[in-house]
This record gives sequence, structure tokens and C-alpha cells, in this order.
Amino acid sequence: MNRYPLWKYILIAVALTLGLLYTLPNFYGEAPAVQVSSVKATVKVDLKLLGRAEEILKAAGIAHQGVFADQNSVRARFGDTETQIKAKDAIEKALNPDPENASYVVALNLLSRSPAWLTSMHALPMYLGLDLRGGVHFLLQVDMKGALTKRLDATAADLRSLMRDKGVRHGGIARERDLLAIRFRDAETRNKARAAIEISQPDLLLTEVQDGADFKLTATLKPEAQKRIQEFAIKQNITTLHNRINELGVAEPVIQQQGADRIVVQLPGVQDTAKAKDILGRTATLEVRMVDDENSQNPAVMEEAAKGQPPVGTEYYVERSGAPLLVKKQVVLTGDRLTDAQPGFDNQTHEAAVHLTLDSAGARIFKDVTRESVGKRMAILLIEKGKGEVITAPVIRTEIGGGRVQISGRMSTVEANDVALLLRAGSLAAPMEIIEERTIGPSLGAENIERGFKSTLYGFLAIAVFMAIYYLMFGLISVVALSTNLLMLIALLSMLQATLTLPGIAAIALTLGMAIDANVLINERIREELRNGATPQAAISAGYERAFGTILDSNVTSLIAGLALLIFGSGPVRGFAVVHCLGILTSMFSSVVVSRGIVNLVYGGRRKLAGLAIGNVAWK
Amino acid sequence: MEFFKIRKDIPFMRHALVFNVISLLTFVAAVFFLATKGLHFSVEFTGGTLIEVNYPQAADTQKIRDTLAGANFTDTQVVNFGSSRDVLIRMPLKPGQDSAALGSSIAGVLQQADAGAQLKRVEFVGPQVGKELAENGAIALLLVIFGIIVYLALRFEWRFAVSAIVANLHDVVIILGFFAFFQWEFSLPVLAAVLAVLGYSVNESVVVFDRVRENFKKMRKATVPQVIDSAITGTISRTIITHGSTQLAVLSMLVFGGEVLHYFALALTIGILFGIYSSVLVASPLVMWLGVSRDQFVKPQKSKEEAVV
Repeated sequence: MNRYPLWKYILIAVALTLGLLYTLPNFYGEAPAVQVSSVKATVKVDLKLLGRAEEILKAAGIAHQGVFADQNSVRARFGDTETQIKAKDAIEKALNPDPENASYVVALNLLSRSPAWLTSMHALPMYLGLDLRGGVHFLLQVDMKGALTKRLDATAADLRSLMRDKGVRHGGIARERDLLAIRFRDAETRNKARAAIEISQPDLLLTEVQDGADFKLTATLKPEAQKRIQEFAIKQNITTLHNRINELGVAEPVIQQQGADRIVVQLPGVQDTAKAKDILGRTATLEVRMVDDENSQNPAVMEEAAKGQPPVGTEYYVERSGAPLLVKKQVVLTGDRLTDAQPGFDNQTHEAAVHLTLDSAGARIFKDVTRESVGKRMAILLIEKGKGEVITAPVIRTEIGGGRVQISGRMSTVEANDVALLLRAGSLAAPMEIIEERTIGPSLGAENIERGFKSTLYGFLAIAVFMAIYYLMFGLISVVALSTNLLMLIALLSMLQATLTLPGIAAIALTLGMAIDANVLINERIREELRNGATPQAAISAGYERAFGTILDSNVTSLIAGLALLIFGSGPVRGFAVVHCLGILTSMFSSVVVSRGIVNLVYGGRRKLAGLAIGNVAWK
Repeated sequence: MEFFKIRKDIPFMRHALVFNVISLLTFVAAVFFLATKGLHFSVEFTGGTLIEVNYPQAADTQKIRDTLAGANFTDTQVVNFGSSRDVLIRMPLKPGQDSAALGSSIAGVLQQADAGAQLKRVEFVGPQVGKELAENGAIALLLVIFGIIVYLALRFEWRFAVSAIVANLHDVVIILGFFAFFQWEFSLPVLAAVLAVLGYSVNESVVVFDRVRENFKKMRKATVPQVIDSAITGTISRTIITHGSTQLAVLSMLVFGGEVLHYFALALTIGILFGIYSSVLVASPLVMWLGVSRDQFVKPQKSKEEAVV
């Protein structure tokens, strides 16, 4: 009577096989590895790079345990960390001859030692959180108001040029907190302006306001436009962060949006927070300024300037070609006016160049300035970390309209690429602030793993010993069920690649302690049935059936608490909640289905069963 | 092996009033300490900077304090953490200070004073994050309470739902009371432990209530206190063994888990101990006071038919 249909045994067997397979990679451990990935979109990671890496290692006489390639990177595995560091230096030297202008990120990493057939079926070891492997975690808050203000300022400039184009006279355009106010002399001009703005700026919500004698038109950004700008701002910032973090040489950086206005950056293995912060906070922007030609040609002035005393209102720079020049402090145009920057070539000279596209206000300013200054020199500066560099300072030959500008001047194709990338992604769409930072040293990470592992192991052993003594055979069966629970939980965590943290390991230990509850309930129920005079087979059947309702109820209440933690928890709490919830689900399966399966196998087939090895039931 | 050989139902309900008075007293004491001493919130909630530094030899906390004060870092808290060689430095948030850069600059100062100082961990939390965490924690707590009440009301009866949640909230308040009295650090993992305890010890009430419902159907002639007594007696063995097993796992964490898991495990320990007490000896009397009766589980019509047969 206590027999399972075949399909149930098959189900258990399949679950256990899958569990075993996906838990397996965790036992192989990890080997030190070097990972090479590309910094630039133009440099592809392919089989050629794989071959090259192998050659480099061979030439340097470094023994490796295999070189692998995936979509984004080439990885080489080594026997120990010493070889790994040697290999990293060798590869770095060979692939990036010029460290100032690297095309590859060469980073230290860990690679699972598990055999290829396991990796090919996506059986990977558990993904360890920063508190277990060491590294840096940042939570950045994007200043959304800043993004909107920036946009409104740009819109104000666009409106000025629009008014000029349409010949509408206005009494000034100003930004007042989160709205733009445009003054007019009479209602008629205001109507004219309104019609023009409505066509060219569909994102603006216009309201007419009478302010004393002034006819005012106020413009605010429509809610949907605001939302779009904010979404764009956060995406742009994430792209920028990606580009910058590439420079750090981090093997597996995590850059994710969290909530509406936050970005999480996790850099495993990075210890130098100062450098990481420096790079995260970096901005590169473009400035167009006029060259002070008169003074630049005066050797006496230039000598003074080189000593650090340039004439008032100018700054001393050395051009890339080595020629010194004085640049006026007044900024003609900034990178905010830039809508795109692409590397390319000059049509005539075939020199490498960067093609810039300006927005309408920028295009107008550029046209005006070039018209007024034909024959003069204009400097294009790249401002990075507060320091400027004159990329080029060409002589203006004709008026340049249409907002398409080309920068060329002694640049290599690679440099043109870099400049374009920096300009495109260099500036953040909105200011950001670090609101949470966590640095965990590698030794602490290893310590945490050991602590978590020991807690789980000894907790499990203590429970196992107690159960075996107290419930004899049924105790042993419960322990086997408990181990399958552990197996399936780890397999599930490996499969989902959920981040395992120290609170997560604590949740594993706690899950084991709580999961045994179901088996205790069942075993107590069976004892009770036996005391009440039921036959062994009937007692097993009734014990499992009666206990199930209680097990379900108690697990559902635990699950409610787990889900609430999962939804509202962050950081360590979420790490705990994920494992806790998964553990509740696996424990339901193992303690009810698996343990019953074993009980049925052991006792189910026997017709004449005198008693059960479940401990003392003699009294009553 | 058998721990409990209980031949007769223990008359728990006769002493119901005593248990409830004890609970009330502990509860009031917990609330008192929470109100007067307050919780010692971790950096995660208050905002601020936390730096863990490891020294090759035993660290002199006073010297570290002086070094920091010399470099103009006042208002710091320097304590040993786990071992004499590990030091934890806490700094509150200060307006106008670039808190994000604080960690690295302090590390620089300490390394200058002692080259062996090794930075193990830096945590910086801005003010807005802490406030959100506290809010989210409160929302999670409310959600758990609401979810459990609804589920128990559907599965059993509203009287059971209310008693179970009251009994277990009493556990939560007592855990918090302990943290307030001893000024243990209340961190995010502790919050997780508190909520896990809430879900976990409701289990206990559920098991007893399950039995109460069953007994109402089985023991036709018994009075309500007798039914409850029998249910508690019938499950007490399982209750203690289950909690004992869970406590074994938690104990292992308390011993081997290190500083980070210490308070987490401590909160669970208190939760488990009071969970046994409250779900058995607080929830059940409450159900009785709330006026549970057989009619709520056994349809009277059905029993009449049976009587005729």
C-alpha cells in the first residue's frame, strides 16, 4: 500500500540527477586566470586574439592550462597565482605596447576548473557576491533634477535662435527654476511666438501669463518628455560608466540600474577605491575657444606665458604638434551642444578626423563665430579631469554652417577613435553622487566563505546526528532527505546564478534547521499513529497524509515572510531572502516527496511488517 | 529514544492567566527599554562610514583614536572587532563633508602611522539610503503581518489569525527589547532575522491550531480548554524537537559564523526561544479569550444527523 507509482520515482531520480549535475561545478573550485577583453568597439575579440595570446604565453615560456574564447573575451587558465601575474604582465606588454592608449583590458580573474562538458550545459558554480570574493560596491544616485535643468538650459538657447530665425522680438528668455519664461511686448508677438514654439518644440507645455505690463509665456517640459529625458539620462550615464570602467581592467564589472534613478556599480577584485572613484567621477568635455593670435606671435609675451604668466583673459597651451599658443578664456561653445561624435577621415587629406554634429543652437553659434572670424584661429580643447588639452587649432577659412564640424590635426586613427568615444560618452547626462560604498578585502572574503561553510556544515552534522539517534531509521531517512534538500538548493542557486552572499549562506544553514521541521512533524505523527494501534503500513500512510496540511501551512507563512523580505529588502537582506524562499520550496519537495519515496522503498514492499524503526513508541 | 512521555493532557489553560501576565510584563519591559534606550542602529540605517582595519599585531585603539584626532577626524568610534588585531572605526555623517572620500583618506592616515595596517572593509552609506532602509523595513514588516493574517483567516478563522499574529509580534518586540537593553547593533541582517522569526514562529501556532481544529472534531464532549490542552500536549514533543533542531543550526552559526553573523544568530536564538513560549502559551489562551468554539469548525446540522444514526 505504501508504494509510489513509477513516475514519482522517475521524478525524484530526474530531480536528483539535475541537482547533482548543477551542484558539481562548485566542487571543482576556481583556477587563477587572465582575461583579455576589448576596450574599443572597433577592436574585435576573435580566434585570432586567442592564437595571439597562446603565442605570447609560449614565447614567454609560461605554462597554461588552456586558453578559451567566448563572445567578449579570451581567458587563459593557470596553475597558480604567481604564474597568473607573470602571464598578465606578459600579455599586457605584448597587446598594449602603449599603456597610455590601450586597446585591450587585461585583467586577473578566476575561472571555474570544471570540465568543459559541464560548462557547455551551463552548469556554472554559484555566483559569489562581493562580500565573499572581495571588491568594491558603489551605489550612485543620478541627479534627475540636474538632468532636467541641463535640458531646460539647452532649450532656452534653442528658443533664442528660433525667435531670431522667425524674426520674433522678445524681451528675454530666462530659466526660473523648472520653467522657462519668455517676455513679450504685446499679445500679438506672443501668439506668433507660441505658434512657432509649438511646432519646433513639441516637448514643451506652454502657458500664457500676464505679469504686470509684461506678456509672458512660460514653458515647462511635458511629463512624458521629462520621463524620457530621465530615462535617457540614466542610460547615458550607464554607458559612460561602462566606458570608464573598461579602463580599470576589471574582469566582471556589474553596472546596473536600480530603481528609477540609481546605478549600482560592482567591481569584484578591485581594491583601490580611490582610483575607482577617480575614474567613475571623470568627465571629458569639449570646449571651442578663440586663439589670441596677436599675442601668440609675440615671442616676448610667449616667454612670459610659458613661465606661468599669460596675458589677462588668456591661457597658455601647447598644441599636439608642440607649438605653444595662447587661448582666450571665453568659451565659444561647449560639449553640451554636441549631439554626436564619430571617427572618420578627412575627405581631402585622408587624415584621421573626428566628425562632430552640433545641435541647432550650437550650429548657429558656430556659424556666427566662423563668419565673423575668417582668417583667425580657433582652438578645440578636450577638458578632462579639469585639465584642458588643445587637440587642434585650425585657421578658419570660410563660414561653417549646418552644424557639422570636423576636427583633424595630427591624429592617428586610434586617437581619432578615442577622442570620439571620449566626447560621445565622456560627459555624464546628469550629475551623480555616491550614496553608498562598500569595500571588502580579499582576505575578508575568504574568511566569510569559511565561516559560512563551517556554520552550515556543523549545523547539518549536529542535526543529522540528533535525528539518527532520536528517530533511528526514520531519522536517517530524514537526514538523506535533508541532504537532497541541500543539494537541490545549491543546484538551484547555481542554475539561476543568483548572487550568493554571507547572509545567503546563513539562509542555507537556517533553511536546513527549519526544513527538518517537516520530517519531525511526519515522524511524530507516525509514532502517534503507532501508539494509537495502527499497523505500521497504515501509520506511515496516515502520518504522511495528516502531517502534510500542517507542513503546507507552516511553509506558506514562512514564504510570506520571505517574499516580503525579497520585495522590500535590499543588499544583504535580499541575499538572505532569495536563498530563504528557494530553500522553502526545495524543502517542501525533499521532506515530503523524497523522504516518502525512500520510506516506500524501504518499508512499502513488505507485507508482514512487525514494527518500524522510529524510536520508542511502547508507552501509552 | 523518547524525551516526552506524557500520559495525561497537561492543563495549560488553567494557568492561562499567569502566562498572559508574564507575557505582558516582558512585553512592557521590552517596550520600556525600546523607548528609553532605543536601538543601536548600524551604519546601514543611520548613514555614516565604517572602516575595518587589520593590524599584524594587537592594535592599540587609543593610539588609533589619537592618530585620527591628530588628522582632524573627530567624533570617531574605535573598537576591537572580533579579535585584538581587528579594529572597527565608525564615523557619523557630517554635513558638508565629502563622506564618499572619507574611507580612503582615513586609510591613508592609518597606514602612515602604521605601515602594517590593512584595510579589510569600508562601508559608506549616505543619509537618504538609511532612511529608505528604515521605511522599507517597516513596510516589509506590515506586509508580513498582513499576509499572515489573511492566510490564517482563510485557512482557519479570524480568531486564530489575530491570536497568532499578536503572539508573534510580541516575540518581535521582545527581540527588539533585548537589542535595546544590551545595545547590540541592529543591522540589516538582524532585521532579516526578525522577519524570518515572524514567519517561522507563526508555524508553531499553526501546528497547535491545526491540532485544535482536529480535536474539536474528534473530542465531542470536551470543553474548549480541554481541547486546547490536548492539542498543546499532543504537539509539545514535536515543538521542542523542531525548535531544538533549528537552534542547532543557529548555534552553529553563532559559534562559527564570525562577527557578521553573530547578531543575526543571536536574534534568531531569542526569536526561537520566545517563539516556543509565545505560540504555545500566548496564542492559545488568546484564542480562548477571543471565544473560539466548536461550532466554528463542526457544522451543527451534521452532528445532529450523526446522532440520529
